[in-house]
Amino acid sequence: MILTNEHRQMAETVERFVREEINPHVAEWERAGMFPAHELFPKLGELGLLGIKYEEEFGGLGLDFTYSLVMAEALGEANCGGVPLGIGVQTDMCTPALARFGSTELKAEYLAPAIAGTSVGCIGVSEPGAGSDVASLRTTARIDGDDYIINGTKMWITNGLQADWCCLLANTGEGAVHRNKSLIVVPLDLPGIARTKIDKMGMLSSDTAQLFFEDVRVPRRNLIGEEGKGFVYQMQQFQEERLWGAARNLRTLDRMIDETIEYTRQRKVFGKALLDNQAIHFRLAELRSEVEALRALTYRGVAEYVAGHEVTRLASMAKLKSGRLMREVSDSCLQYWGGMGYTADNYVSQFYRDGRLSSIGGGADEIMLTIIAKLEGTLPRS
Amino acid sequence: MLDRSESLLFDEDLHFFRDSVRRFIAREFTPRIPEFEESGRIARDFWRKAGEAGLLCPGVPGEYGGLGLDFRFNTVVNEELSYAMMADGITLQSDITMPYLLHHAQPELKQRWLPGMVTGEVIAAIAMTEPQAGSDLKGLRTRARREGSDYVIDGAKTYITNGQNADIVFVVCRTDPEAGGRGFSLILVEADRPGFTRGRNLDKIGHWMADTSELAFANVRVPVENLVGEENAAMAHLFGELPQERLSIAISAQAGAQRAFDEALAFTRERKAFGQSILDFQNTRFVMADIAAQLQVGWAHLDWLVHRHLAGRLTNEEAAAAKLWHSEMQWRVCDKALQAHGGAGYMNEYPIARIWRDARVRRIYGGSSEIMREIVGRGLVSP
Repeated sequence: MILTNEHRQMAETVERFVREEINPHVAEWERAGMFPAHELFPKLGELGLLGIKYEEEFGGLGLDFTYSLVMAEALGEANCGGVPLGIGVQTDMCTPALARFGSTELKAEYLAPAIAGTSVGCIGVSEPGAGSDVASLRTTARIDGDDYIINGTKMWITNGLQADWCCLLANTGEGAVHRNKSLIVVPLDLPGIARTKIDKMGMLSSDTAQLFFEDVRVPRRNLIGEEGKGFVYQMQQFQEERLWGAARNLRTLDRMIDETIEYTRQRKVFGKALLDNQAIHFRLAELRSEVEALRALTYRGVAEYVAGHEVTRLASMAKLKSGRLMREVSDSCLQYWGGMGYTADNYVSQFYRDGRLSSIGGGADEIMLTIIAKLEGTLPRS
Repeated sequence: MLDRSESLLFDEDLHFFRDSVRRFIAREFTPRIPEFEESGRIARDFWRKAGEAGLLCPGVPGEYGGLGLDFRFNTVVNEELSYAMMADGITLQSDITMPYLLHHAQPELKQRWLPGMVTGEVIAAIAMTEPQAGSDLKGLRTRARREGSDYVIDGAKTYITNGQNADIVFVVCRTDPEAGGRGFSLILVEADRPGFTRGRNLDKIGHWMADTSELAFANVRVPVENLVGEENAAMAHLFGELPQERLSIAISAQAGAQRAFDEALAFTRERKAFGQSILDFQNTRFVMADIAAQLQVGWAHLDWLVHRHLAGRLTNEEAAAAKLWHSEMQWRVCDKALQAHGGAGYMNEYPIARIWRDARVRRIYGGSSEIMREIVGRGLVSP
């Protein structure tokens, strides 16, 4: 993947936005446990940043996924993980299936306002009894005349408290677990829906909710694509989510190393700069190499995806290494900050807490390993 | 529940003591965890109850209001509190601050403060670290100058455990600007002295119930009788107590690791994915088996360490190696145990989230892992 001037301009636009519209408010939003998506998203929408890869007909920019990657990476300019996560849910997690398989009417009703930033979306896959194991989810959508009637509980839903609608994965039939599910757009102001906030160890400015659906009536036209194809659509949608996640972490990884170099250069211990200890500058050199390797892997995944190839393997590998590296880099850097690192008001400790989610959310490391093993042909058939 | 019944370290008295500690924790501590975390400190009435129940400073001799028990009693309290997810304020008082007073202070000072440290009416802190100097103690700048029969103290300290609650603070001060490492003294400052102020209760990644604070000293005047030990000998006094301090952290780390493992074991047994318990996956079993092996080695090592410490033979290098190994081990174990919880592990309602947050600092405080490696490594270069 070669970055052009247009890519660089996109990156600069995103970075400027982050510096002007996000970073000044991070402390306040972290304290509040939520960033105001309904205030922030219209501003992103105005710049076209919520619809980079989507059709111009619905307000998108009609660019390819490489530009989404550039935006994801540039969001690393943010001084927290929570706000970029909420943005990523809107751009690359709850909308790809709708954009690809949704009817024109459904896209006009839900995709266009999501691109404009006037409505906020979320993605409802995980449940209390089924996280990474998507096939065993229990939420049902039963046909009743022209409606679906939805019952179930969704767990760990990012943007869940403030979202206007949810791209919900539910069982619409009996039968094989991979062929009985559908993706349905569910407006969240309907009778029978309740939400509660979930308290997390990090990503504090991102609101995470548990959603309860009790006899919720949704018109059947809110079905995305064909009934019974939800699992397949979601697996495809996951590819963009996972590539987005890997790209999103790149700049943050680099910044943690940059900030640690800066700090250890200034901090004097036993009469010399901390950075002059071989253990430290060797370790930081090693970590930088790991980040560049992840960048190469992620860019390759995106390039193949844009060329129309199947990228489950590369996207899963990038997601796996990205999660592992967020842990390794934040932990190693934090150590060199000593006591300063354990207090909460610096970039490294922020991502020590926020970054831990990368090995869990969007499919845990263990799920990535399972997928890769399956593609390797090494996963035993049960 | 922590099972230490097979440890060769403990006799019947100690098992009996452990049972009472455990009952106390279940009754007085565990239900109040949310309260303590919310307020950012351990309530004073809990300190007094802990004193009444015999959890504080078991090593203080009878003449100063204590029971004069050996370090195995500290070990039991530490193991049980750490397993119960208590921050380190209580063990700090028993294992780290109290010995400075007992081993180095004049009898009058001991008589004045030790009984209260046993009952929990007096909470103590030790102030070494400063904004510009942590593990490198020779860089400390807080000054104490002699004026008549007083010391006058100026300076700032940070990351001080028990800083908000403390009634007395042992402050490491420079008393001879020319003498390098031999120019520091340990001075007891009462918190009601004019010029002493508490700064922020610091916001931290973990240990939310520990009141880790900034402290400031502006012309704080204390009588020279508040000197603990000899003038300009603070470093020697500090270094003499370091093995016990590091052993104490190693014990906390080991018990914390055991709790993380127990939580993960219970969770992975219960939680189903792809039609079976997570524990039935080979990967999970192997991860848990690795942890089980490390815990087994760790407990045996702890028994050996405490045994050597009781005999007065625990060396500085051995204690540093212990602090390094147990705190790094705890970190690895907690991260794996959190991962085994999946999404639940990231949510604060599960104990593993707290255990993970709290574990991280053990590799930093009391001398970071890098400093421990320096100590062990230097011992190899010039034995």
